[in-house]
Amino acid sequence: MIVIEDVHKHFGGFRAVDGATLTIQDQSITGLIGPNGAGKTTLFNVIAGVLKPTSGRITMAGEDITGLPPHELFHKGLLRTFQIAHEFGSMTCRENLMMVPGGQSGERLWDTWFGRKRIADEERALKAKADEVLEFLTISHISNLRAGEISGGQKKLLELGRTMMVDAKIVFLDEVGAGVNRTLLYTIADAIKRLNEERGYTFVVIEHDMDFIEKICDPVICMAEGKVLAEGTLAEIKANEQVIEAYLGTGLKNKKEDA
Amino acid sequence: MDFLNALVALSNFVLIPAIAYGSQLALGALGVTLIYGILRFSNFAHGDTMAFGAMVTILFTWWFQSMGLSIHPLPTALLALPFGIVVTAMLLILTDRTVYRFYRRVKAKPIVFVMASMGVMFIMNGVVRFIIGPGDQRFADGERFIIKARDFKNATGLSEGLAFKTSQGITIVTAIIVVAVLFWFLNRTRTGKSMRAFSDNEDLALLSGINPERVVMITWIIVAALITIAGTLYGLDKTFKPFTYFQLLLPIFASAIVGGLGNPLGAIAGGFVIAFSEVTITYAWKKVAVYLLPESLEPTGLVQLMSTDYKFAVSFVILIVVLLFKPTGLFKGQSV
Repeated sequence: MIVIEDVHKHFGGFRAVDGATLTIQDQSITGLIGPNGAGKTTLFNVIAGVLKPTSGRITMAGEDITGLPPHELFHKGLLRTFQIAHEFGSMTCRENLMMVPGGQSGERLWDTWFGRKRIADEERALKAKADEVLEFLTISHISNLRAGEISGGQKKLLELGRTMMVDAKIVFLDEVGAGVNRTLLYTIADAIKRLNEERGYTFVVIEHDMDFIEKICDPVICMAEGKVLAEGTLAEIKANEQVIEAYLGTGLKNKKEDA
Repeated sequence: MDFLNALVALSNFVLIPAIAYGSQLALGALGVTLIYGILRFSNFAHGDTMAFGAMVTILFTWWFQSMGLSIHPLPTALLALPFGIVVTAMLLILTDRTVYRFYRRVKAKPIVFVMASMGVMFIMNGVVRFIIGPGDQRFADGERFIIKARDFKNATGLSEGLAFKTSQGITIVTAIIVVAVLFWFLNRTRTGKSMRAFSDNEDLALLSGINPERVVMITWIIVAALITIAGTLYGLDKTFKPFTYFQLLLPIFASAIVGGLGNPLGAIAGGFVIAFSEVTITYAWKKVAVYLLPESLEPTGLVQLMSTDYKFAVSFVILIVVLLFKPTGLFKGQSV
């Protein structure tokens, strides 16, 4: 369980996250929605340790994780993906996945020369795991292509695959669906759902696609202007006046009240 | 016969010196490019760190010489090299801990790092002169030549002699070994891959659980090895004088930039491009021309495009020409 208490992140005078308080239950798939600039990605960055919060506290299973660097959070089982897919462009897809559990013995200079047997064993296990993940995501055919050369949608799958290389406890997905076609989007949705059910991953998903949210997310949290606006099932959120005002829109009425 | 003589003269005065000098530049440029790729700044202290590495090696060499330790016919400096590398690595890690780590923590802009590295440069500069003095130092021993000019003349009957210095031979062989090991390391080992991953995409590397401090530390160790080897080889081949190492900064940076900053293959190519341009442009071609041209066309002047005083200008010109046509360098480097 991750508890976010009154987190602020200000850039100069701009309050990107302005007192967000929310709780993420274990083994849930929480949808995080809200208009552009609501502070969703900034909140992700703060939780994942990329940015330090101006103030506030984040705990994971009761342990304070506020401001820990990303690689330490990774080893605690907290992973994230990027809105715009990131990859190691000069490496193959398989190598990209095999990079993931950082801190292997092969990364120590000493072992590189004197621990070759152990490294070989680790690498073999990693390779098997990477191939399994590629299979799961139905992208085995691109395993030897350079990650810089694959399509945007495939990069998104690769991002998801990266989180599957370790036994993640909680995964933050930043717009996995952006720029991905419907069929692939549902493949991703299925993969998320299966990971959640079969392996007990907790997901927090930023997404603008309501079908996608409807298919997998419960509960849904709506953010606006750096604060949490509403929280509940998708049906409740959809019925919420404030949410309609700030994000979903009515389509007909054009209400203009004070923000 | 004339053609062979011309070829020998060319090898003796252009090819061999340029290959040796190119290897030294390539090793230096590899260090610059690794720092740029991983730590993302241009390290101005590179030349003076090179002087430091060479200095430590020289001190060990003198010590070994005084103890009568020798690996004749090879120079004793080779024996001292590993010790030089270890001391330099410790110094670089200490510098990183005391200077650069702070700027990494506050996520300073690359230009701040560059300025900090200039400060480091001045300190390193002073330390080296304080310890070993500003003058020339001799530390080369062992056999001076692999092939002597006179022996070559006697053996072949040509009027041109070919001299192949031990230092040149060692430089070339060492450079090949070092480059092979480095590329094997970067491409085949997990440590090397984590370095490449870090260079490709820092954010992602962090989020993949790669420890940045370890990557940085390993980078400094490798840089220390490259720089000490390059500095010692240069000292063996020419002479050791702290100021010449500071001057080497320009051709080394030119090599790294011409090849494409952040690209190891480019650094090597760049090193040879710069070395060959420098040597060919400042070489007096009269000797070669006399053999090749008919008597009536023989040049009266030296046929030297530029005086050797201008050799550093050559790096600059090459740099500008390459950047005009290929802004990321011959091999695709990183853009800032």
